[in-house]
Amino acid sequence: MLYFSDLLPYSDLFFSGLMTTVELTILTTFLGIALGTSCATIKQYGHHLAKRLVTTYVELIRNTPFIVQLFFIFFGLPSIGFKLSPWEASVIALTINLGAYSTEIIRAGLNNIGKGQIEAAKVLGLNFRQMLVHVIFIPAFEKIYPALTSQCVIVMLGSAVISQISVEDLTYAANLVQSRNFRAFESYFVTAFLYLGLSVLLRFAFNLLGKRLFAFREAR
Amino acid sequence: MKAITKLLSKALVVAASFSAFQATADVLQDIESRKLIRIAVPQDFPPFGSIGTNLKPQGIDIDMANYIADEMGVKVEIVPVTSANRIPYLQTKKVDLVISSLGKNPEREKAIDFSTPYAPFFLGVFGSSDVNVTKIEDLATQVIGVTRGSVEDLELEKHAPSTSDIRRFEDNNTTLTAYLTGQVDLIATGNLVAAEIAKRQPKRAPISKFMLKDSPCYIGMAEGEVALQAKVNELIKKALASGKLDEISMKWLKAPLPNGFGA
Repeated sequence: MLYFSDLLPYSDLFFSGLMTTVELTILTTFLGIALGTSCATIKQYGHHLAKRLVTTYVELIRNTPFIVQLFFIFFGLPSIGFKLSPWEASVIALTINLGAYSTEIIRAGLNNIGKGQIEAAKVLGLNFRQMLVHVIFIPAFEKIYPALTSQCVIVMLGSAVISQISVEDLTYAANLVQSRNFRAFESYFVTAFLYLGLSVLLRFAFNLLGKRLFAFREAR
Repeated sequence: MKAITKLLSKALVVAASFSAFQATADVLQDIESRKLIRIAVPQDFPPFGSIGTNLKPQGIDIDMANYIADEMGVKVEIVPVTSANRIPYLQTKKVDLVISSLGKNPEREKAIDFSTPYAPFFLGVFGSSDVNVTKIEDLATQVIGVTRGSVEDLELEKHAPSTSDIRRFEDNNTTLTAYLTGQVDLIATGNLVAAEIAKRQPKRAPISKFMLKDSPCYIGMAEGEVALQAKVNELIKKALASGKLDEISMKWLKAPLPNGFGA
């Protein structure tokens, strides 16, 4: 027998956990993509020393488990005098994680912008800002947009791990409720369903934004 | 077949009369006449009882057993038991006393008798010396770490002020790491765990602030042994007054007895 009604007294907890996950996802998506864009630009057009630095960062993050990165930031850094709250540690860990993965994704997009296209922009007399936005970044993002969307969803789902360092996110709520009423099936079923909803919403938001950003696609 | 039945029934009669005889005997007199006291101790539960590097049992309960025997002026026979069979050992008269980190509960009180408490065993709030907290109301402005779903977590949820920042970690080790790395300056845990941290990380030894749930250890004995019970209680009282209990606590738990212990 299943007793979903046993979860009702904890609906506030689920809701606040859900909101924490949403806030964290929005924040880290923006910060992570900003970081990824900067790093990808450096990797594509930057000075060779800066390139090497970015490559080191990207490979370091892409080849270590997220939970180790998180624990290093939360439990490791205090021993060298750098103490962060669970929330700060999570934002930083998720941002550098998404930053590293999105660097490689966005760089692939930038790689796709031919030299000729940039030269054409220069010949047409576009200024630097116009060229950067309309000739390089928007077409580059258009190419890798689905991959970037997926990576953001993966990071959102991966954020479940931060409940380990006591951030009161959706998974934390599920674990806490499960430890109180032992309704493991019901608690995790509802949580899985909420994560599914969040993923669908996040993809929907990315699609909406994509339609605006890549309006030229319609004209094509 | 008939012979076997006869033999069995004879054996039963003998056994019955034997146990009847045992039940009426005074265990204290037995101990004094044989100049030997048999005491059940744990061997798998440090710091109460474990096997030391010299292959001899050691711990709070062994020290306590030796103290009782010394004071009675008799030799001691240490009988290692497990937590599951310590009460049967007592009921079947294989031992005279059980000193085996035994807690009191109604079911056990029906089966055996208890002395006054001899060692502290409690869930409490522990923290670094610079945090000024003495009662649960003081937690209102504090950050406190605890293992999710543990008894101490439930106790905190029930009694701590709603404004206190309770950080729940996945397991005991993560909670301890949070404390040792300074992410939290207070933790709710058991006094044995706190003693273990004090042993491994003396610099950040958690100091007991107050108790959440007290369940001290008692010495167990067979039911109705009034003389023995009185004698053991007297010896515990003496040890409490002389500082012997405090000494044992300092030795094994790295902390003095909590305030008001045994009162």
